[in-house]
Amino acid sequence: MTPSHQAPPKGARPPGEHDVGGHAFRDEEAEPSPPSPGPPRRITWKKLVLVPAVLTVVLVATYLWITHVELDSIARNSLAGDIVEVRWWQHVRLTAISTFWVLIIAIPLGIALTRPGLKKAAPGVTVIANIGQATPAIGLLALLVIWLGIGPSTAIIGMVIYAVLPVLSNTVAGLNSIEPTLVEASRGIGMSAMGTLTKVELPLAVPLILAGVRTALVLNVGTATLATFGGGGGLGDLITSGIQTQRMPVLILGSVLTVVLALLVDWLASLVELWLTPRGLEEA
Amino acid sequence: MSETVTGPTETPAAGTTASGATIRLENLTKSYPGNPAPAVDNVTMDIKAGETVILVGPSGCGKSTTLKMINRLIEPTSGRIRINDEDVTDMDPVKLRRKIGYAIQSSGLFPHMTVAENIALVPKMTGWSKSGVKDRVEEMLDLVGLDPREFHGRYPRQLSGGQQQRVGVARALAADPPVLLMDEPFGAVDPITRDHLQDELIRLQHELHKTIVFVTHDFDEAIKLGDRIAVLRERSHIAQFDTPEAILTNPTDDFVSGFVGAGAALKRLNLTRVRDVGIADFPTVTVEDPLQLIFDKLRDGSHNELLMLDRRNRPYKWLRRGDLMRAKGSLARAGQLVHDTVTRDATLHDALEAVLTDSGGRVAVTGRRGEFIGVVDMQTLMNSVHELLEADRLTAMEHQHDLEHLRGHQTEQELEGGGSGL
Ligand SMILES: Nc1ncnc2c1ncn2[C@@H]1O[C@H](COP(=O)(O)OP(=O)(O)OP(=O)(O)O)[C@@H](O)[C@H]1O
Ligand SMILES: [Mg+2]
Repeated sequence: MTPSHQAPPKGARPPGEHDVGGHAFRDEEAEPSPPSPGPPRRITWKKLVLVPAVLTVVLVATYLWITHVELDSIARNSLAGDIVEVRWWQHVRLTAISTFWVLIIAIPLGIALTRPGLKKAAPGVTVIANIGQATPAIGLLALLVIWLGIGPSTAIIGMVIYAVLPVLSNTVAGLNSIEPTLVEASRGIGMSAMGTLTKVELPLAVPLILAGVRTALVLNVGTATLATFGGGGGLGDLITSGIQTQRMPVLILGSVLTVVLALLVDWLASLVELWLTPRGLEEA
Repeated sequence: MSETVTGPTETPAAGTTASGATIRLENLTKSYPGNPAPAVDNVTMDIKAGETVILVGPSGCGKSTTLKMINRLIEPTSGRIRINDEDVTDMDPVKLRRKIGYAIQSSGLFPHMTVAENIALVPKMTGWSKSGVKDRVEEMLDLVGLDPREFHGRYPRQLSGGQQQRVGVARALAADPPVLLMDEPFGAVDPITRDHLQDELIRLQHELHKTIVFVTHDFDEAIKLGDRIAVLRERSHIAQFDTPEAILTNPTDDFVSGFVGAGAALKRLNLTRVRDVGIADFPTVTVEDPLQLIFDKLRDGSHNELLMLDRRNRPYKWLRRGDLMRAKGSLARAGQLVHDTVTRDATLHDALEAVLTDSGGRVAVTGRRGEFIGVVDMQTLMNSVHELLEADRLTAMEHQHDLEHLRGHQTEQELEGGGSGL
């Protein structure tokens, strides 16, 4: 009988306890430990501070550079007045509005496609959404301009079509990845179909859905630069006018601001993700 | 929260519990689409109020399907379900299920809700008041042997498998349903934990008197828990539906005896509980008693051995005469720790096991919270086993006699019938 083959002794318990009938008995009566404080805070100061700090440094550097670099009249014209600010906020608005519509369309559609009645339609719809994303964004926009004419709403429609897929497919995947026994348990204890969806299925799918939303947001910041071709404005205006007039500083400013906005949006989305993920689902 | 954590409370408050309802399955059939042979074929079964009925049978025989037709998670293809004589076959299934507890394998707890939130679900849905729900959660945790203070705010992933299963049972019982359906609830936990969970369920049922329908493929579990056992073959055909004693001593056919397996005499030990045999007194002292008193008690000659209880009256150490001497008067070192105890609901099988492993030839019996009640020793166990086996032998002989009598009668009748036909 080698010690390695021995089962652990029945009374194997932490020091100060012994085991009786599966219950821990404390040799020294300690009071039961107070309710566990739960997992540590998820939003660490690093996550909160690092990205904004880097982005601030980049912005400040760009500002110092653009105010000190020699600009000719054409370049100055492109950046005159509050034009940069206007383009920035246009860009933000384009991103926000298109993301809003993506959520309004993709999440309910994803939910519908996982309900028993429509399950069979899911592959077909995913294929269509795939086509939406596989088409080059600029081509899609060109087609829409031909069809709907120039204007911000055309740009937004193009962006929505382009970004629906990640949210839709993640919503479907998130809902389908839930253990069927949990859904059955939920119905079994008397929750309605609606209650099961809102109290069990959606909360459990939240991490995947939010990951899709985050992807869509970043995509939208990118495609919003193309809105300029549909007459939608945004930072894309700076970039294209920089190219057309061959004024590097204008082009660089537009690009840097787009990148900063994309990183900022991604950072905000990551915070929302942490905040909305149900606590019981976090890694231990 | 601190006002709810006073010592042991009698749970649940007397008079507020709904005890069991009758269940009647009438010609229940389920055919799945695309499969011509029904998964459950024409099952008729009467279950009494407050009874624990076990459905046992080989894998795929339709146990789960039968069970889930009772709360209509699976809609029967044909047949009726009556609960307390009310036909529930066409009732709103959501309303129906709120009156039927449901516990499944690997607990089915929702990972994004705390233990308390999981348990509170059904009472909340059925419109209990906020404070009512809160009290109920504490009460249920207490009932399944989990300290509310400790477990209230935990998430399922912070619990062991056995603890999750307890919470699953607590959730199923939270709205005080008269009927409880359990589908292999202890299938995924280790054997020792399973044993404890079974004991707990027996204790609960002693207090609550629910109607329980319990699915398992473990025949030993069926014997231990069931008032009656339905042995099912394919398509849920009932091979035998009877008390565990009757099935053990009188299996109707080879299929059933195959399921009973070998060692029916030993299994018989699973049918009797410690509460049914004599629990003897035993001299005790507590850790708080002065050393002198313990010395005197051991020395005055009436007993060779004492059981030392801890501050909560739970068995702690066996102290023999001389132990204190050898430990040079140090209580901390003297004596032997109690390693195993049984509850009053433990089977004789468990008790025998515990007695055999303890050098002293006896085991301490404890109550709900582990407090000492008495001891059971080898002699008591031997005597009861002999009595049991003798009684079984007599019943079997009687049964045999009846059968022969019946057969004789039948042959006579057949002969007569044949005679008149000519
Ligand atoms: N949703 C379904 N669709 C089609 N057939 C099914 C479905 N669910 C179960 N069945 C079939 O019905 C039969 C009975 O299944 P059931 O789950 O009731 O068996 P069981 O006795 O619970 O088995 P186990 O002990 O393995 O859990 C099996 O042959 C199974 O293949
Ligand atoms: Mg099953």
